[in-house]
Amino acid sequence: MADLITPELVDLNLTATERGDATRSLAERLQASGRVTDLEQFLADVRAREAQMPTGIEGGIGIPHCRSVAVVEPTLAFGRSTQGIDWGAADGPAHLIFLIAAPEGGGSEHMAILAKLARRLIHASFRDSLLQAPDPEAVVTIVKKEVLGQ
Amino acid sequence: MKIVAVTSCPTGIAHTYMAAEALEQAAKDAGHDIKVETQGAAGAEAVADADIAAADAVVFAADVEVRNRERFAGKPLVQTSVKRAINDAPGLIAEAEAAAFGNQLRGWLMTGVSYMIPFVAAGGILIALGFLLGGGAVKPKVYGGTFEGVTYQAITDYTQVVQKAGWAGLLFLIGATAFSMLVPILAGFIAYAMADRPGLVPGIVAGLLANLVGAGFLGGLVGGLLAGGIAMYLVRLKVPRALAGIMPIVVIPLVATLLTGFLMVVVIGKPIAAAQTGLTNWLNGLSGSNAVLLGLLLGLMMGFDLGGPVNKVAYTFGLAALASGNVQVMAAVMAAGMVPPLGLALATVLRKHLFSDAERKAGETAWLLGASFITEGAIPFAAADPIRVIPATMAGSGVAGALSMAFKCGSRAPHGGIWVIGLIEKPLLWFLAIVIGLAVSAALVITLKSLGHRASDEELEAEMGDASLPGRRTATA
Repeated sequence: MADLITPELVDLNLTATERGDATRSLAERLQASGRVTDLEQFLADVRAREAQMPTGIEGGIGIPHCRSVAVVEPTLAFGRSTQGIDWGAADGPAHLIFLIAAPEGGGSEHMAILAKLARRLIHASFRDSLLQAPDPEAVVTIVKKEVLGQ
Repeated sequence: MKIVAVTSCPTGIAHTYMAAEALEQAAKDAGHDIKVETQGAAGAEAVADADIAAADAVVFAADVEVRNRERFAGKPLVQTSVKRAINDAPGLIAEAEAAAFGNQLRGWLMTGVSYMIPFVAAGGILIALGFLLGGGAVKPKVYGGTFEGVTYQAITDYTQVVQKAGWAGLLFLIGATAFSMLVPILAGFIAYAMADRPGLVPGIVAGLLANLVGAGFLGGLVGGLLAGGIAMYLVRLKVPRALAGIMPIVVIPLVATLLTGFLMVVVIGKPIAAAQTGLTNWLNGLSGSNAVLLGLLLGLMMGFDLGGPVNKVAYTFGLAALASGNVQVMAAVMAAGMVPPLGLALATVLRKHLFSDAERKAGETAWLLGASFITEGAIPFAAADPIRVIPATMAGSGVAGALSMAFKCGSRAPHGGIWVIGLIEKPLLWFLAIVIGLAVSAALVITLKSLGHRASDEELEAEMGDASLPGRRTATA
């Protein structure tokens, strides 16, 4: 199974100011690393989920995600935005963006990893360490340690 | 406290698990046990049926329909969106606590009521039979008093009751004795439901004291809850091993009874006595003003606590009026006192599903009790659900009292209901006042109870609608 996240999938300086643009820029990284086969299909699936209800949650977090046939491996792309991007949460814009890509009909082993990732997201210590991570490698190390226990 | 929860969201890969984690954290922080079933993409591991059975409350944090929700039927439920659980899990846990407590409180009250109902039925029917066979004079023949100008001495040697008051007097005496246990049994078994056997003594004593200080069934409710609460606290207290053996048999009943008794007599009894004096003076001040208004007020008081302190003030006012030759006030008071059991009996017939089995049984005897002017026949209903029942009994009694005054009905008997119909002036109009009053009571209690019911039905329907139309809830979320 491929790594959940790699340094190439981390963008600590998201410049996009709008939800769709931010998602697209992160999704392009997924495509570049071969995790997503069809960018437009994938983005359409993310939008469909976002349209049901915005995925922003309190604490400055956006979690765009979907299960899509365009996804090869369960993968996390991570972006950090200094100015913040409105993600539909009541308490303000999101600074940490987690784009979670899950393959359609992925095995429960795959899904269990993503479930564990989701559980970590609500912990303030996890968010704080990501807010302070100096470089993409540090982000990868934090995620692997917190989610996979490696 | 034990909680079970289900989380689920449309995609089942993010919010489902975040909500689960947030709920687990919040429950742990509040010192509760929680089992969360994540109905997500990683496959749901079902919460064990044993955990559901043991749960005090159920939380659904779900944006799609909870699968197999029938497993959770009958549990106090808090239902919300998955986002709410992520953003405010501690608030949600607090709601679950409240739901669990409300459910528990209802359970305690229902236990007390279910033990009380046979006393109401047996005692009430015997009293009614006493009136039926012995007429209105049966009560003063046993307990002393004046009836139709004849003054009777109270029986002091109760073995002489048949010689002095006849078989009717015996029936009345037995019934009245059963009735005297009504509040003690109510209070005792509320406390028993809360604290098990250690609660029984303080609860029953609280009920007996409620009788003594004239606090009525509402005083009994409060006393039972106090006794149970104190006993519960003492049961949970950690004590040295040497004491542990005598705790449930000696220490807890002793301490809990002393504390509850003190509260009942000093804290609850005194204000009640003062309030009764105040109400009596106020009523006396009203004499001579608008008769219909007086009838309305007396009726509201009769229907408020159903034999309790406020009811007693109105009844005593009626007795005093009768002694001074005013028969109209007595008729209004009697009509108002007959309405509550009759109105509730009618409601149990018209809308069976709004009442428990025990209440429907109580409804069957309530016809006879109401007809006999035994207002206490409504207590089982009022004790189980005071907030919805008491307004209904007050409204019906108020209407009956006002109408009886407006019709200028009169009663030369201080008790007896339809068994003293020969002593009623304008009996047909008096009946009419009662029938209108009981219709008002029944209609109001059905309305108030339906409000609660219908809200939950609609919620359920709305959910079903959401399940067939995915995305509809999200529009409102």
